[in-house]
Parts: sequence; C-alpha cells; structure tokens
Amino acid sequence: MRRTVGALLRKELLVELRTLESVPGMSLFAVTTFVIFHFALNRNSVEGDLAAGILWVTLLFAAILGINRLFVADAEEGGFDAFLLAPVDRSAMLLAKFLTLLAYLLVLEIVAVPAFALLLLGPPLSRALPDLLGVLALGDLGVAAVGTLVAALAVRTRARDLLGPLLGLPLLVPIVIGGARATSPLFTLAHPAAPPARWLLTLGLYDLVFGLIAYALFDFLLED
Amino acid sequence: MEYSRRHPAGSAEQDPRPAGAGAAHGRGLRALSVSTVLAMTLALALVFFYAPLEAEQGFLQKIFYVHVPLAIIALCGFVIGGLLAIQHLRTRDPRWDMRSYVTIHMSLIFAVGTLITGSIWAKGSWGHWWVWSEPTLVSFLIVFLLYATYQPLRFAIEDPERQARYASVFAITAGAFVPMNFIAVRLSTAYLHPRVLGSTSNLPGPMALTFLVSLLAMALLFATLCRLELTAKHTRAKVRALRRRLTGETGGARGSGRSAAPTLQHATTMSARPSGGAGL
Repeated sequence: MRRTVGALLRKELLVELRTLESVPGMSLFAVTTFVIFHFALNRNSVEGDLAAGILWVTLLFAAILGINRLFVADAEEGGFDAFLLAPVDRSAMLLAKFLTLLAYLLVLEIVAVPAFALLLLGPPLSRALPDLLGVLALGDLGVAAVGTLVAALAVRTRARDLLGPLLGLPLLVPIVIGGARATSPLFTLAHPAAPPARWLLTLGLYDLVFGLIAYALFDFLLED
Repeated sequence: MEYSRRHPAGSAEQDPRPAGAGAAHGRGLRALSVSTVLAMTLALALVFFYAPLEAEQGFLQKIFYVHVPLAIIALCGFVIGGLLAIQHLRTRDPRWDMRSYVTIHMSLIFAVGTLITGSIWAKGSWGHWWVWSEPTLVSFLIVFLLYATYQPLRFAIEDPERQARYASVFAITAGAFVPMNFIAVRLSTAYLHPRVLGSTSNLPGPMALTFLVSLLAMALLFATLCRLELTAKHTRAKVRALRRRLTGETGGARGSGRSAAPTLQHATTMSARPSGGAGL
C-alpha cells in the first residue's frame, strides 16, 4: 500500500512538474483575485473579518481550480484503466490524489499568503503566522479530502467543469465558516487573539468525518 | 392501483405474474392516502381551532405548524436517502437506488416549501424576507444548494449503472453533510433572536400536541408522495415493457432519451427476480 501510494504520488508530482498545469494557474488566480478584491472593495488594506473572508474565499476558489483538474489526465489518457489493471488496492489512488492535492494547496498557500500580506493585509503577518499555519493546515485537510472525492465524482460526467464547483462549494461551506471564523481574530489590528478552540474543533471534526467518508466511498467510483 | 389492472389481457398470459407484480407496488397506497388525508385534516383543525394564539406573534405563528414539520421531514428525507444509497451500494440492487432517488427528489420539493414558508415567517416576524441570523434557515439553504446538484449530476452520466453508483456516493456524502453543516452554521450564529419555538419541550401543552400531529401528518404526506412516485415509476416502466412486447421490439431496454431519474427495466428482469413489495 505504502509503495503503491508512493509510486502514484511520484507520478502525480512528476506530471505536474513537467506540464505545470495546475499549481501555477492556482497561484496566479489567487494573486489576481487579491487585486480584484482591492478594486471591488476599494480598500488598500483589510483586517479582521474582512481579511479572513477574502483569504479563505480566494484560497477556496483557487483550490476549486486544482480540484477540477485533479483527475482529468487520468480520465482522458487512460490512467484509470491502467490503474484498475494493476493488482493494487484502489484506496491507494485516493490517498495519492489526496496527498497530491494537499501538496498543491501547500504551494498555493506559500505563494498566496505572502502575496495577501503584501497586497491587502493591514496588520503584520508575522504576528499571526504561527496560528494561521495551524488553521490553514486543518482547512487544507478537509479541502483535500472533499476535493478528491468531488473531483472523482465529477470527472467522468459530461459537465465536469460545471459539476465540480457546484458539488464542491456547498460541501466546503463548513470549512469556510470554520476557517474564516478561526482566522479573523488573528487579523484584528488592535488585540489579536488566538483562534477560538470551537472553530478548530469544528474543522477537525469536518476533516475526520469527510476523510472517513471519502475513504469509504472512493472505491465505488472506480469500478469501470 | 387501478391502472395496473388495465393491461391488455393478451400479454397477461405470457407474463408469469403481471397483475400481482403491478399491484405490489401500489399496495398500501390507498390506506396511506386515506390516513394522510385524515391526519392532515386533523392537523389543520387543531392548528386553526385548538392551538392558542401565540402572545407575541399572534396568528402569524401558525405557519410554525407547517414550516417546522416541512423542514424536519425534508432533512430526515435527505438522511434517509443517504441510508438507502448505502443499501444500494451494498446490494447493487437498482431498486434501492430508485428509492433513494425518490426520497431525495421528494425532500427537495419539501425543502423548497420550507424555504418559502421560512421566508414568509421571517418577513412577518422580523420584517425581512431573508435573515442570516437564523441558523436553521441558513443551514437549510446550504443543504438545499447542495442537493440541487443531485439531479444535474445524475443527468450528466449516461450509463445507468454508473449513474446509480455515482448518485449513491453523492447521496451518502450529502447525507453525512446535513448534520455536519447544521453544527457549523449553528455555531457560527449568535442567538440574536430568542428561540421561542426551538423545541417541543418549551411549548405549552396544546401547542406541542398540535405540532406533533402536524409533524405526523407531514410525515404521512411524505410517505404517500414517495409511494405514489415509486408506483408511478414502476407502472410506467411496466407499460413501456408491455408496449415494447406488443410491437415486437426487442432491443434497447432503456427508454428513449437520457433521464436524471433511474429507469427500471421491467420486461427483461421481472421474471428473474421477485417483484419488490417492500417499498418505503
């Protein structure tokens, strides 16, 4: 299992490194979105609720771009067939794709969070960074689990570009709620506070529930 | 059902169990319908003549007896749709998929009703058609938006077997999402408005009784409508199969055109398996 996941993960990252189809697009999208928010809100700097909301909405929509492309190569170039012919556990593909998406999100955040601090964020990022990393990690786990499941669900339908976001966005609403509420105290100008524990708990519970659901259901999407 | 007995007599000799199989899907429908009508009448009578006027909101509060049962039944329907989908994935029997589809379809209709009645109530008591501070209403909207993609998802998959499988995966995920979402939204909202009518425990006796009867009536209505749709779908599949046999057409078990609804293939499979009587 571990070797299979490793091999698949290596293949995914190699493909992404050679084609650069997802991650650069996601990062560029995030930076462009910050610029759009600047003009749409007519604000030079944001803080508190607004800052947390902008960050999470941008990350979520950028993630949706990656989610939409996650299985496209497998569906179009016969990756699914080749994988199904191999005598390996099907969950290996879920795990590999989950880790791939997690890696995409990580790179996205390495670009997007400093860009956000540079372009829009009012309070200094360094103060909020340690807590922010924890909240982002919890959010990423959930986005990656739900994103992998939704991507596999949508990729072999006729309207996959439409269905991916339509299915994914409502499912990810709790992540946005939890993530934004946990982040907003970090971004207040006057008295920054630690993220409230109940939001971290909500995010953790979401990650756990949907991780298990994705694990239980993924096999059924790979049967033909 | 009456219309299942009107099949051409000629085909009845060829089919091993035509009338029995058709009637099995409609069995209990009449009893269910009658009890629904009775329960609905009783519930409405209680709402208008028995339940006392609420001190603060007056007559407007009566919408509570429609809105809250609608919401509870719709949510239960979504979760039940997920449980039926689990059963479908375990047994691979398309009839479970059909039940799951019908339940979710009907819950969607109930959910539209919930959103409309909730809006009316919000407008009446708080002056706005939409209130973000009411967590239940907001959660409901998110759940509704999620389930609104159920039919497009089905419609986008042509192969019926894969359509059923993918729809079940969606139904289970979404079914688990319902409670999760309610927790998240409930937590996110400060209780700005006193929840006078949050649960039955703080309702005065007559109101609680009226509410419970309304809830029961709504559940019966839901069950009847689901049963009716199942019966209609089975009957339509049977009519199509008989018509195909009558015209001597053999190929193409699936009906013309794509459909978001699961299609039952009666003529080819009917004799092979016992016809399903254990509906919802």
